[in-house]
Amino acid sequence: MSSIDYSEKIPNNVGLSQDKGLQRALEHWQPGFLSWWQDMGPDGSQNFDVYLRTAVSVDPQGWAQFAHVKMPSYRWGIFLNPQQADRRIHFGAHKGEPVWQEVPGEHRANLRRIIVTQGDTEPASVEQQRHLGLTAPSLYDLRNLFQVNVEEGRHLWAMVYLLHKYFGRDGREEGDALLQRRSGDVDNPRILGAFNERTPDWLSFFMFTYFTDRDGKFQLCALAESGFDPLARTCRFMLTEEAHHMFVGESGVARTIARTCAVMNELKTDDPLRLRAAGVIDLPTIQRYLNFHFSVTVDLFGADQSSNAAIFYNAGLKGRYEESKRDDDHQLGDQSYDILTVQEGQLKGQQVPMLNALNEVLRDDYIKDSVGGVNRWNKVIERAGVEFLLKTPHKAFNRRIGSMSGLRFSPSGEVLNEARWQELQDQFLPSVDDRAFVHGLMGRVVLPGQFAGWIAPPPLGINKQSADFEYVRFA
Amino acid sequence: MLHQHLIDPQICIRCNTCEETCPIGAITHDSMNYVVAPDVCEGCQACISPCPTGAIDSWRDVPRSQAYPVAEQLLWDELPAAKEAVAVSVTSPSQNAPRAPISAATPQCNLYGPTNPILAAVMGNYRVTDAGSASDTRHIVLNFCALPFPVLEGQSLGVIVPGLDAQGRPHHARQYSIASPRDGERPGYNNVALTVKRVEFDHDGRPARGLASNYLCDLQRGDSVQVVGPFGSTFLMPNAPGSHLLMICTGTGSAPMRAMTERRRRLHNTDSRLMLFFGARTRAELPYFGPLMNLPPDFIDLNFAFSRTDGGCYVQDRLRERAGTLLPLLHDPGTHIYVCGLKTMEAGVLQALADIVGPSWPQLANTLITQGRMHIEVY
Repeated sequence: MSSIDYSEKIPNNVGLSQDKGLQRALEHWQPGFLSWWQDMGPDGSQNFDVYLRTAVSVDPQGWAQFAHVKMPSYRWGIFLNPQQADRRIHFGAHKGEPVWQEVPGEHRANLRRIIVTQGDTEPASVEQQRHLGLTAPSLYDLRNLFQVNVEEGRHLWAMVYLLHKYFGRDGREEGDALLQRRSGDVDNPRILGAFNERTPDWLSFFMFTYFTDRDGKFQLCALAESGFDPLARTCRFMLTEEAHHMFVGESGVARTIARTCAVMNELKTDDPLRLRAAGVIDLPTIQRYLNFHFSVTVDLFGADQSSNAAIFYNAGLKGRYEESKRDDDHQLGDQSYDILTVQEGQLKGQQVPMLNALNEVLRDDYIKDSVGGVNRWNKVIERAGVEFLLKTPHKAFNRRIGSMSGLRFSPSGEVLNEARWQELQDQFLPSVDDRAFVHGLMGRVVLPGQFAGWIAPPPLGINKQSADFEYVRFA
Repeated sequence: MLHQHLIDPQICIRCNTCEETCPIGAITHDSMNYVVAPDVCEGCQACISPCPTGAIDSWRDVPRSQAYPVAEQLLWDELPAAKEAVAVSVTSPSQNAPRAPISAATPQCNLYGPTNPILAAVMGNYRVTDAGSASDTRHIVLNFCALPFPVLEGQSLGVIVPGLDAQGRPHHARQYSIASPRDGERPGYNNVALTVKRVEFDHDGRPARGLASNYLCDLQRGDSVQVVGPFGSTFLMPNAPGSHLLMICTGTGSAPMRAMTERRRRLHNTDSRLMLFFGARTRAELPYFGPLMNLPPDFIDLNFAFSRTDGGCYVQDRLRERAGTLLPLLHDPGTHIYVCGLKTMEAGVLQALADIVGPSWPQLANTLITQGRMHIEVY
């Protein structure tokens, strides 16, 4: 068994070198993690020198240190945001009580479940993205992919730290199970549906980091309000990294759109076939990818009415997005919330107790945030002088979870019968042909400063590096 | 002029990281944009490295009275073009991201922050202006004892004044240029010096007691001071042979010039030129006047400008007087220009350089900026 020099190899602010029990648990877990990374981490890239950002402390200066490192030697640190003296639970039944520094017995199972569910998404997305390096459109994008991957790895460490530190043997077992489940595996899949989907191409990757990592942001924001202080502080710090992932998504799609619009102007056409022949992804295809990733991601927030969500909130385990900035009683006993139902073949609003609708509250906050970025993509199109508007689909569209699951809606929210859906679905969601085309477009570009023909270069380099910077050096 | 901190709305992804990071709440947002309040931001740059996109690192030089207000920034789809109305500011390097000279050593930055300041011991506090003069400027030597505090000439550090402000929060750090070369005030003793002027009046001459400057000027030998930093990764000196220093400063803006001059003096290198233009109200108020006069003329070309005597002479007047020497020096590819002092000097100095060089100045200035050979720090 390899031993770890804790102060050097695992930058941390949790006093790891003083906690022998925790050290032993992590020492036991670490070889499994490295072996998982070798097996399921980025394909064929273990020996590359990658220009990565490493966090070595939680202050603004310390957490963004840039250097070329080999990914297996990345220093996966464990960081919690600094503890606030006298922090109190600010929602639910325990409102006003001091936050918990240890897990309260009655909430142990629920907290463990929350942490495991969050933790499971981290290795899952690394697994989903492991082959993308082989078709990177540039060194810049390859580096961004690897940065996302190592930070997902760090988030896994962060969750495993909580499991090991606060949940004893159960926690250690859950920590091991996180390394055993596999994205898309028939027998032992990842917990959440969207994390078992494939990420087969870079457009999917950008859409995933834009939409699905944004789900991560909202879950982390809700958990950062938690009454279990170590969880809140861990999630608060993870949010700074999550921002990079959404940046990769938002700018990746924006650059794809920019390139398409440039070619549309060059060829003076909006004919998808001619654009595809010219090697760019036509805007209707981008819209279909958007529809798919948006709808799969809104499912991640769970059923519209959930007694678990009510229990988590009432118990002070998981708040709402920006809980502390809301001006209600933070207990929600007599408040109601509008959710969607279908009555007589029509979508209708229905008032239900807000406590039971907290998944829907978070989902709606998420949708609002997602729409902002889509509007910024539209600005790119508008600036190019092209007439086309990308839209997020209706939240009832293509749902597998909640009361809309199994029902058929168009992206504009129109109720459809099954026959009509079958007829139109290739206009709504990426067809087999769409996916084959996008897949065929992916080719590896690894010369510094060069970009694949379907994507525009970024306006700014990482850490202000120049356009031809060698972000990845191959072995 | 105000070096206004802005966020590029075309690059920003509205992730809230900057707003979360800002220690003084200068960043705010609506459903459209994240923006920086010009009257709150102190330019501490804590938000710069956490930003995932680089959108945060956007700056415009505008007259203070015409700073872009928050309400206007919230409506932007893109940053306004850098204003070209003020002729001299077109060439100001602050419009582009400043760059360090190519032969500068790599600086270490932000080793100590507000959450983990380093404690320095005061080793000395000496007045460097004449005893009778109106300006009380101090040379304060700080020792970092057993902890590292590596500095390069041109870098600065922050001092945290003990106690709380009117809102009951700890005082934010006040920044001072380091006046010592990289090996310290006394080589090998882990110390640095600051040049601090006791502030007793505001810019308009009304009585105003500067919090940090009075705290520092009143320190006694043996006192402890909380320090953060070091800061600064561009206003650095070149190390290449044949690199000349053209230094233009007023008052305590002399601190980095003193550091660079002392570095060159200790190296005894003879293949490069040093030229200093130094302004003060009177000779008695010019910091380090005595020690400067002891430097041999073949080591440094000294030019003083006294605005209250000498018939009201400013540094830009001295620059124009030396045009004959300056013109070839400005065109020399080894020349590095440093300007440090009160904001009011920047426009005058740039105008004087423009007049000396003539029509090719914008092009030359652009070259100087992009090659990291022109540095301006004004306050």
